[in-house]
Amino acid sequence: MMRETIATGSPRSAAEPTPSEVQSAVARFFSIENRYLPPLFITLILLVSQLSFGVLESFSRTLLAIGTAMAFELVLTRLVYHKFPVLASAYITGISVGILIRSPEFWPYALTSAIAITSKYVLRWRGRHLWNPSNFAICAMLLLAPEYVATLSIQWGNTIWPMLVVWVLGAFITWRVKRLHITATYVVSFVVLAAVRTLFTGHAFLAEVAPITGPMYQLFIFFMITDPKTTVKSRRGQCIVAFLVALAEMAFRLAQNVDAPYFALAVAGPVAMAVSIWMSSRKPATATIAAGSPAGH
Amino acid sequence: MRIALAFLFIALLATPLIYKRVSAHDKASRRALSKESVLNRYGFRFEESSRAAGIDFRHRSPKLDPKLQHIMAQVASMGAAVSIADFDRDGWPDIYAVNSGEGSSNALYRNQHDGTFRDVAAEVGLADLNEPGTGVSTGAVWGDYDNDGYEDVLVYKWGRPELFHNDAGKRFTRATGQAGLPKWVNANTAVWFDYDRDGKLDLFIGGYYPEDVDLWHLKNTKMMPESFEYAENGGRKYLFHNLGNGRFEEVSERLGIRSRRWALAAVAADLRGTGYPDLFVANDYGVSELYLNEGGKHFREAGKETGIGYAPKSGMSAAVGDVLNQGRFGVYVSNISEEGVLVQGNNLWMPEAGKPSTEPHYENLANSMGVELAGWSFGVQFGDFNNDGFEDLYVTNGNVSLDRKRSYWYDYSKVAGGNRSIISDAANWPPLDGRSLSGYQQKKVFLNDGSAQFREVAQLVGVTDVYDGRSVALGDFSNRGALDAVVANQNGPVLLYRNTLAPGNHWIEFALEGRESNRSAIGAEVRVYWNGQQQLQEVSGGSGFCAQNDRRLHFGLGKSNRIDRVEIRWPSGRTQTLTAPAVDQRLSIVEP
Repeated sequence: MMRETIATGSPRSAAEPTPSEVQSAVARFFSIENRYLPPLFITLILLVSQLSFGVLESFSRTLLAIGTAMAFELVLTRLVYHKFPVLASAYITGISVGILIRSPEFWPYALTSAIAITSKYVLRWRGRHLWNPSNFAICAMLLLAPEYVATLSIQWGNTIWPMLVVWVLGAFITWRVKRLHITATYVVSFVVLAAVRTLFTGHAFLAEVAPITGPMYQLFIFFMITDPKTTVKSRRGQCIVAFLVALAEMAFRLAQNVDAPYFALAVAGPVAMAVSIWMSSRKPATATIAAGSPAGH
Repeated sequence: MRIALAFLFIALLATPLIYKRVSAHDKASRRALSKESVLNRYGFRFEESSRAAGIDFRHRSPKLDPKLQHIMAQVASMGAAVSIADFDRDGWPDIYAVNSGEGSSNALYRNQHDGTFRDVAAEVGLADLNEPGTGVSTGAVWGDYDNDGYEDVLVYKWGRPELFHNDAGKRFTRATGQAGLPKWVNANTAVWFDYDRDGKLDLFIGGYYPEDVDLWHLKNTKMMPESFEYAENGGRKYLFHNLGNGRFEEVSERLGIRSRRWALAAVAADLRGTGYPDLFVANDYGVSELYLNEGGKHFREAGKETGIGYAPKSGMSAAVGDVLNQGRFGVYVSNISEEGVLVQGNNLWMPEAGKPSTEPHYENLANSMGVELAGWSFGVQFGDFNNDGFEDLYVTNGNVSLDRKRSYWYDYSKVAGGNRSIISDAANWPPLDGRSLSGYQQKKVFLNDGSAQFREVAQLVGVTDVYDGRSVALGDFSNRGALDAVVANQNGPVLLYRNTLAPGNHWIEFALEGRESNRSAIGAEVRVYWNGQQQLQEVSGGSGFCAQNDRRLHFGLGKSNRIDRVEIRWPSGRTQTLTAPAVDQRLSIVEP
């Protein structure tokens, strides 16, 4: 019926898109190159979680984090590369900071975003930045200002349904951008290593696996560890790094560190990146390392 | 450019350290003050004097079902409570402290008029309320439910709530059966208030654990909250309408109070100027609730509508105060803050300016006013400690103090963020194993400077204990125009902080007695106008965490030695104006 309606409809104007143009536009939007898909997804998570469960400290603090990240990205890109940046990754950095850190003060939100964006321009080796920006900044704040900053540790509601929605949507989008294997490797590693941790702690398996059912991990597994600018190039290497992050996290957890995933990524991620860059530099003919203006979130 | 970027980066990283250094310098400079300087600068000083006053009470926690042994200290971490009432009508406030160990005794400290107290609980029949099988006491609230002139008392428990009739200040007779109270409520809050203004005190009781849970004989271990922030599997709420003749009718469902959130505190006050008391409930593991009283006929929960019901935290305590001397109440709610782990911050809900008072909207100004971070906070109360004319704030802190060097926080946060099926089963909770959970915390005394800013001075003014503070109540125990504080500590002593005032500030106190209104005058509003400002206070039937202040109202007046007028609005609706009463006196006023 729909096909018939289109076929027999009124004559199209020149500016009106054809069905195939619409289809290709939709396809383009959901293409793996579409850098706006992750920002759209994280915005959706933010809005749904805030409107339904009020997970944010406040909208104003999150907006401050987003605004600071985008402003720093704009200014630093202009100063360093003399061009206007695409602000998608800065937006994700800001929104991640706005969701993931908790502070009654306003300044930590601005400062964390500022550190995150600046780190991309400073902590570089052979044209690439080593740390995931928001992860680096959150770790820095946890170490430097624990009196004022904690990380998100609450749930989204008291049922599994909101998280299932996030998992399904997140899995779809990371699949579209060819990152699902990273997320999957990490999740499987976390669950297996949770079982291993019970051998050390003697605690119930469900207690050890409980953290990954919280919302903080949804951002961590879909946005932080999959960041294309701070992951290694090969698919196998990406899986290995995801496992190493989970392994490092186990070590932090056994040391009873409440922010284990952040510190694990901050330790394992750059080491893996450095090794990858070094190995690529030894094989110039086969490696393609994207140098140039910083992105990443 | 690279060098400039590096400098910028280092400067950004150094910012928290600089911020901390500046704050530390400010604290250090204040720490250097002598006691005399403190008295001169802040206008008062507390001295812990329970021993000298003859108060030797020590709280004991209960020992619950062995299935909870691995987390016993955390589950059994409440029960220490104090309330103040003049039970014998001698004009001097007395102290009732409840205990929670099985077989332990509660204590009623009669004021001896000379700065000392004597425990008369056993003599008057209020000591043995923790017999095995009946549950253990968690708090008490006083109110003259039969209007005979003597304050009766409800002792709520994790167990069978008990109502005692005060027989002319000489004995207390159990009136639970006639009152029709339920057989078992795991309650952590109760409030006397006359919600329908019929002149008889009604009673609200808030459940924490569900009422079908006997914590000494668990059917299973799935009795924990289903969520750290969204739990709705707690105890039910009760609203008992006073029918007279010592009988009550439970009307909560009919009047619109149906929540099963985990209530830890409630306070009743007329927040909208309707003449009817509204009910604010602070819930652990979730959002607070505000029940707007619609003419004494119905309660409408308006948490979201008024702005207080969005961000879920761990509500532990609630108190109302006219923070800015605007003639409107703000509501302070304590929550949990632990450095680097969980920074909920306490809430100070202030009514938005310009909004019609009958449809209030609240904004959390705790941060901007400097009363947000306190610790794992429990009891809070507003009171003017230095008589400067502005209400200050006392906040108790500390949850479980065991091994100082080992913290349970990591394991606690591990399950606290987990899904319902995990967190709600105590069997999944890692063992506490002698570790502390926000233990040994310093208390907070926030001084209100009158310009929307508070300054924390606890250590300076003598509040230096690090017990696991629970309940705090305020009263002028020596009838000298100074607010003292009495604090109940979990597994610890009851502390009496006596207030020493610097000379110069004036005060006035009111002891109200209703006639057409309930005789305790609970719900009566007093507005004192002086020096171009006003302050509003209301006689309360319970506030803070498991506490009740002396129901006599205390106003500091600063240097002003003249009051323009005092307006009293009795619960009956009758109003009364006193013109230019003398300062530095306590006025006993009977409803005309």
